[in-house]
Amino acid sequence: MAAARPVKLAANGIWKLFAADGAALDRLGPDPDDAALERAGLVAGVADASLAIGEGEIFVIMGLSGSGKSTLVRCLSRLIEPTRGQVLLDGQDLTRASPAELIRLRRHKMGMVFQNFALLPHLTVLGNVAFPLEVQGVARAERTRRAREMIALVGLSGREHDLPHQLSGGQQQRVGIARSLAVGPDLWFLDEPFSALDPLIRREMQNEFLRLQAGLKKTIVFITHDFDEAIRLADRIAIMRGGRIIQTGTPEELVLHPADSYVAEFTREAPRARILTARAIMRPLDERIEVAGAVDAGAKVQAIAAKVEAAPIPHLVTEGDRPVGLIDRSAVLAVLLGREMVR
Amino acid sequence: MSLALVRPATSARPMRPGLLLWTLILAVTLALALLPLPYPKWLSEVPRAWRLGWDKDVSAFLAWLVEDASLGLFSFQELTRAISWLLGWPLEWATALFATGVMRGQGSAAVQVLPPMPWFAVVAAAAMLGWHWGGRGLAALAGLAFLYLAVFGQWASAMVTLASIAIAVPLGVAGGLLIGIAGFRSRKVAGLITPLLDLMQTVPIFAYLVPILFLFGFGPVAATLATVIYAMPPMVRITMQALHAVPQEVKEYGVMAGCTRHQLTWKVLVPAARPSLLVGVNQVIMLSLNMVIIASMIGAGGLGYDVLTSLRRLDIGGGLEAGLAIVLLAVALDRLSRATQERAPGQGQRFWILFVAVLLGLYLLGLLLPGIARYPDAWTLSTGPFFADLVGWINVHFFDTLEAIKTAIVLNLLVPVRRFLTELPWPWVVLVTVLAGWRLQGPPLALLLLGFGLFIVFNGQWQNAMLTVYLCGVSVLVAALIGIPLGILGGLSRRAWRVLEAVIDTLQTLPSFVYLIPVVMLFRVGDFTAMIAVVLYALAPAVRYTAHGIQQIRPVLIEAGTAAGCTNRQLLTRIRLPLALPEIMLGLNQTIMLALSMLVITALVGTRDLGQEVYVALTKADTGRGVIAGLCVAFIAITADRLIQAGVARLKARGAVA
Repeated sequence: MAAARPVKLAANGIWKLFAADGAALDRLGPDPDDAALERAGLVAGVADASLAIGEGEIFVIMGLSGSGKSTLVRCLSRLIEPTRGQVLLDGQDLTRASPAELIRLRRHKMGMVFQNFALLPHLTVLGNVAFPLEVQGVARAERTRRAREMIALVGLSGREHDLPHQLSGGQQQRVGIARSLAVGPDLWFLDEPFSALDPLIRREMQNEFLRLQAGLKKTIVFITHDFDEAIRLADRIAIMRGGRIIQTGTPEELVLHPADSYVAEFTREAPRARILTARAIMRPLDERIEVAGAVDAGAKVQAIAAKVEAAPIPHLVTEGDRPVGLIDRSAVLAVLLGREMVR
Repeated sequence: MSLALVRPATSARPMRPGLLLWTLILAVTLALALLPLPYPKWLSEVPRAWRLGWDKDVSAFLAWLVEDASLGLFSFQELTRAISWLLGWPLEWATALFATGVMRGQGSAAVQVLPPMPWFAVVAAAAMLGWHWGGRGLAALAGLAFLYLAVFGQWASAMVTLASIAIAVPLGVAGGLLIGIAGFRSRKVAGLITPLLDLMQTVPIFAYLVPILFLFGFGPVAATLATVIYAMPPMVRITMQALHAVPQEVKEYGVMAGCTRHQLTWKVLVPAARPSLLVGVNQVIMLSLNMVIIASMIGAGGLGYDVLTSLRRLDIGGGLEAGLAIVLLAVALDRLSRATQERAPGQGQRFWILFVAVLLGLYLLGLLLPGIARYPDAWTLSTGPFFADLVGWINVHFFDTLEAIKTAIVLNLLVPVRRFLTELPWPWVVLVTVLAGWRLQGPPLALLLLGFGLFIVFNGQWQNAMLTVYLCGVSVLVAALIGIPLGILGGLSRRAWRVLEAVIDTLQTLPSFVYLIPVVMLFRVGDFTAMIAVVLYALAPAVRYTAHGIQQIRPVLIEAGTAAGCTNRQLLTRIRLPLALPEIMLGLNQTIMLALSMLVITALVGTRDLGQEVYVALTKADTGRGVIAGLCVAFIAITADRLIQAGVARLKARGAVA
C-alpha cells in the first residue's frame, strides 16, 4: 500500500497563476476560493494542489484538458515556476534550488516523456537516446553503450541509425522512453505519453510500460486524460478539475467512495471487476458455513471470479493466513454484471 | 474645411458611413487636383525657410563621427579602420583563392606566388556539391552554370563576385543568427530589433551605400560590408521565428535533459530549427548576390561592375552577357542552397573528405599544367555581338511599334497620373493617410503616419515623394493587372501553376540590376523604362500570393458552392475571390515593397524621384541628403505596409476568411 512507502516527491499547496505574481495571490489570503480569484481577475492554472508520492509508486494525475494537470507536472519538474508552494524531492525543496542545482538534479534524478515525443529531429535514434548523456559529458563509447542498452530495452534494436521521421508514432515514443531512462533517473515524469497514439498501439504501450516498471521500480508521475488508462496503470490516482485536486486515492477507493458527482461520473463506467478486490465485496465471517476454498483479500474480483462462481458454496477470504470474510458467487456476479453494490 | 466634413462620419459606426466618408474624400481629392485652384506655392512644397535641415545635421554628425568622435579607448575612425581590416584580410584571401592568386609586391610590380583555383576545379566543386545535395540533375545544372562563366569569358569577374559572396554570406548568416538568438532570448532585445529590421528592410539599397561610402571609403571592403548589412535582416527575422517555432515540448525536453543555456541553444534549439534556418541562409545568399552587384557602385568590382559600365556606355551585348552570367550564378547558388533544406542532416563526412581531396588534386593539376589552369582565351566564345545584333534587329524592325506603345502609355497613363498626384496639396494627402490609419487601426497608427508625412514635407521631399508614389503606384497597378489574373489561373489549374511557379521562382532569384538591361536596350531611358523594369521585378508576389490564396480555400466550400448550383464564374467571383482577398492584398503589399526597392535602382535610367535623390547623393557622397531621401522611401513603404496589413486584419476579422 502507498502509505507504507517512504515519500519520494511531495508537493505542498502548489499554486500557479497565469499573468500574475505571488503578491497578487498573497493579497487574497492563504487559501482563496474560486469566487475570490474570479473577483480579483486572476486565472489559476493550479490551485492549492498537494500530494505525496511514495518511492516506486505509479501516481497518475488524471483530468480533462484545461484541468491543470500539465501545469501541475511542470511545476513538479520546475519547468515552470509555481507562484506559491513547495516541491520536495527527497526532502529537498526544488523551488529553492539554484539553476545549477536544478541542472544537476535533472541530469541524474529526473526523466520526462512527452505527449508528442519531443524527439530531436536532427539526431538518429542512437543520438537521441544518448543525448542526455552527451549533455552530461559522458564519453562517447560509454554513452553509446548505455544508449544501445536502452534501445534494446524498449525493443528497437536494429533501428539505431534511423531518424525520428522514419519511425511510427509508437516507435518514436519508445525512443522517448528509452531516452528518458538513459540516465537512470529515480523520478520519471510521463506527460500523456500515449495520448497521441492509436488505441491499439496505446494498449500495447501501456503493457510495455507496466513490464518496464515491474523491473525498474521508478517513482512515476503519469499524466493522462483517459480514466481507463489511469485505472490500468495507477497505484494511486489524483483527479483534477479547474486547477484543483478534487480526490486522491487508489482506483478502488475512487470507485467505492467518489468524493463528488464529478468523480462518480468517471467511475460509473469503470471496469469494476478489474478494480475491486475480494476485500471490498466480502461479507462478514461466519464460522458455521462450509467453504469451498480460500482467496486472497487483495486479489482483484476479475482474477477470482471463475473460481468463486464455479463453486456452489462460498470461499473464505484471507489476509495472509488469517480469515477475514466470505465471498460467494452472488457477490462476484453482482460485480461482473455491474449491479449496484450491496454492502 | 475638410475636417468639418469628416468629423461626424468618423464617430459613427463603420460600413455605410465609412463608404460615404470615402466617397466624399475621393470627390474632394478629385476636385483639389482637377479644378484650377490658385494654390499658394507652399502647398506643393514647403519653402526652404520652413525646412528642418536634417540632411545637414546628418552630414555633420557623420563628419563628426569620422573626424572627432571618440568611444573612450579608441576613436570612431579607429573602429571603422579595425572593421575594414577585419573584413579586409579574409576578403583578400577569398579573392586570392578564386580570382587573383596569392600575390607578392604592390601594384604592377606584383608577382603571382600561387595561382588561384583553376577554373575546372571550381566547376567540379559546383557539380560535386550539386550531386551531394540534390543528385545528378542539380550537379549538371551547377556544373553547366559555372562552365558557362568560363566559356563565355565571364570567369574573372564572376570569381571576384563569388569571392565577395563567399565572405559576405558566412558573416551575414553568423551575424543574423547571433542577433536572432539574442532577440529570441530577450523580449527587450526583440522589441529593440524589430522596428530596426522593419526600417532596414524598407530603406532602399542605395541609401545603405551612402553612409558606408562615407565611413569606409570606396572599395571592395566597403562593398562587402554593405552587402553583409543588407543581407542580414532576413536572417535575424527568420532566426527569431524559427526558434520560436520549435515545439514547446522540445524546449522543455532540452531543459529536462539537464542542458545548460548554452547547450539548450546550440544542441537543441538551433539544430531543431535547422530547416527554417536554411531558408534564411538561402535568403542571405540571394540578397548578398543582389547587393554585391549593386555595390559595384562603391567599388565591389566583378560582374556588377561590368553591368554598370555597359549600362553607362549603353553597350548592349556586354551588358546582356554579364547580366546572363549573374542570372546563371544566381540560379546555381539558389538551387544549391535550397537543396540543402531538403536533405536529412548528418552523415556525409566521407563526401567532404572526397570533396577536399578532389579539389586539392585539381589544384595541383593546375599547378602542373599552368596552360589550362586559366581558361584559354582561344576557347572563349562571346555572345556579345549576337545580343547586340539581336537588339539592333529588333530596333530596326519594331522601332515604330515599340515607340507607339511607349508614347501611348506615357501620354495616357503616366503623365496624367503624375500630374494628378503632384498637384495635390500636401496637407490634404497627409490628412487622408492619417484618416485611413485612424479608421483602419486607431490613433497609434494615425500618429505614426502623421509623423512620416510631416517628416517628408518638412525635409522638402514632397514633390520627390509624390513622384515616387506615382511611379510606384502605376507600376503596382500594372503588375496587379497582369499578376492577379495569372495568379487566378495558377490557382485554378495545376498545370498552369507548375509553369508559372518555375517562371516566378527564376524571376525572383535575379538580382534587381539585371532587369534594367533588356528594358533599357528596347526603350532607352525614362519613366516608361523604369515602369517596365519595376513591373517585371515586382510581378512575382502578386502571382504567387493570389495563386496561394485560391489554392488554400477549403475544398468543402467549393463543393458547397457547386451543390448550391453556382456556375464556374459564380464560383470564382462569389466564393474563390472573396475568400482569397486577404492573401491577394498581402501579395499586393509585397509587390509594393519590391516595386519601391526596384524604383530606387531605376534612378540609373533617369527617373526623377526620391530614388534619383539618393543616387545623386551617392555619386556626390552627400550622406545627409542620401539618408534623408532613403528614410523618405522607407516611410512611404512602411505607410503602405501598415495600411494594407491593417486592412487585411479588418477583412479577416469581418469573417471574410472562414
